[in-house]
Amino acid sequence: MSLDRNWWKYFLGCWMVLIILGAFLYAPPAKGLGDTARILFFHVPMAWLATLSFLISAVSSIHYLRRRERIYDIWAVSAAQIGLLFAILATITGSIWAKKIWHSYWNWDPRETSIFILLLIYAAYFALRSAVDVDEQRAKLAAVYSIIAFVTVPFFIFIIPRVYESLHPDPLINPEGKIKMDSRMLQVFLGSLFGFTILFYWILRIKVSAARAKFVLDNLKE
Amino acid sequence: MHSVREAYFIFLKDFQLEFRSRYALNAIFLFAVTTLTAVSFSIGPQRLKTEILSPLLWIILFFSAMTGLSHIFVREEEQQTADTLRLVTSSTAVFLGKWFFNLILLIALEIIIIPLYLAMLGVEVGNSAVFFTVLLLGSLGLSSVATLIAAIISQASAKGALFAVLSFPISLPVLISGIHATRIALEGGTFSDGLPDLQILFSFSVVIFTLSVLLFEFIWRK
Repeated sequence: MSLDRNWWKYFLGCWMVLIILGAFLYAPPAKGLGDTARILFFHVPMAWLATLSFLISAVSSIHYLRRRERIYDIWAVSAAQIGLLFAILATITGSIWAKKIWHSYWNWDPRETSIFILLLIYAAYFALRSAVDVDEQRAKLAAVYSIIAFVTVPFFIFIIPRVYESLHPDPLINPEGKIKMDSRMLQVFLGSLFGFTILFYWILRIKVSAARAKFVLDNLKE
Repeated sequence: MHSVREAYFIFLKDFQLEFRSRYALNAIFLFAVTTLTAVSFSIGPQRLKTEILSPLLWIILFFSAMTGLSHIFVREEEQQTADTLRLVTSSTAVFLGKWFFNLILLIALEIIIIPLYLAMLGVEVGNSAVFFTVLLLGSLGLSSVATLIAAIISQASAKGALFAVLSFPISLPVLISGIHATRIALEGGTFSDGLPDLQILFSFSVVIFTLSVLLFEFIWRK
């Protein structure tokens, strides 16, 4: 554990402290939303990580089906576990914000619907994994399910906005394609996105090496 | 063409087996009638709005499908005929045969349940051409999803509960656009009003069907 190999971990610690300070002290309150908008510095990166993990899980699943090496299954399940955690966090933070702004914790806004579907898919994925006893079979079936679930996601992007209208603010991606954020807000936001992604990489690495060690240990026992 | 012929024989085999026991047909049909009766009984003589009528139809169809459509693969595993089937035919033929059987089963259910639904709930269909097109496309999508998920859960424990849990997130595009288009049809909308939903239903069915044919081999082969 030398300092030079782990420098980025110390750097990340300092960086996240800066982001938290920046989110509350440096960035100005948003127009119309006031101080509640500060949640975006934490809520949006969580939603982004939930989506990213879903993507990583699906790509690892494809690799697993092609090569049948256990490491890809370990990647897929580790990414899905972290993804589920961040999806829950994004749902909770979003719901608290919705109570403040829309005066209800849950009202099936398209964004709420899509995160709910993501939670459902993750839950189904783990339900399937827990229902299969043989390791290879579990990995194979879970990989197939993960790929099918991933393919349905683009449909939700087309369907849901047609059925419900959204009140959710889009600071970065909106129909006009313009960034509507104050420059200081944008700095903190992008910094937070970067910090959270590095944090995600760190957690994923720990999860993967732990799962790998467990796999090796289980094989030694036999 | 060879596997289409084989698929036809698998369909015939399943059809004859089903004709002898009528297990799936009884389960799916009685479930649908029970649900419909429960709904009709509890609302009494009042007329429901189309916003409620169209989701009711799809809830009945979806959960009835969930009671019967998994039987096609579960039976092969329970009676231990799956391994023989793996030896004698290609996996594509097995999937096509089973998929076609499930589609026919679902359409048979609709032929019985739709007149009952129209009569018991006092539904007036504004545009029956749109209504039946939606039902047909919806059945295509539902049977593709159900057949693939049935193949997955037939190799897992806790099959019954898992089937609906795994199918629901994947079937949501069918359900959401099916419900939306059914409402348009009940209110007498034309094809051009329901076109976006019909396009989603059609493209989703094609995508899931293609994906199922590609992925089925991974599930089926041990």
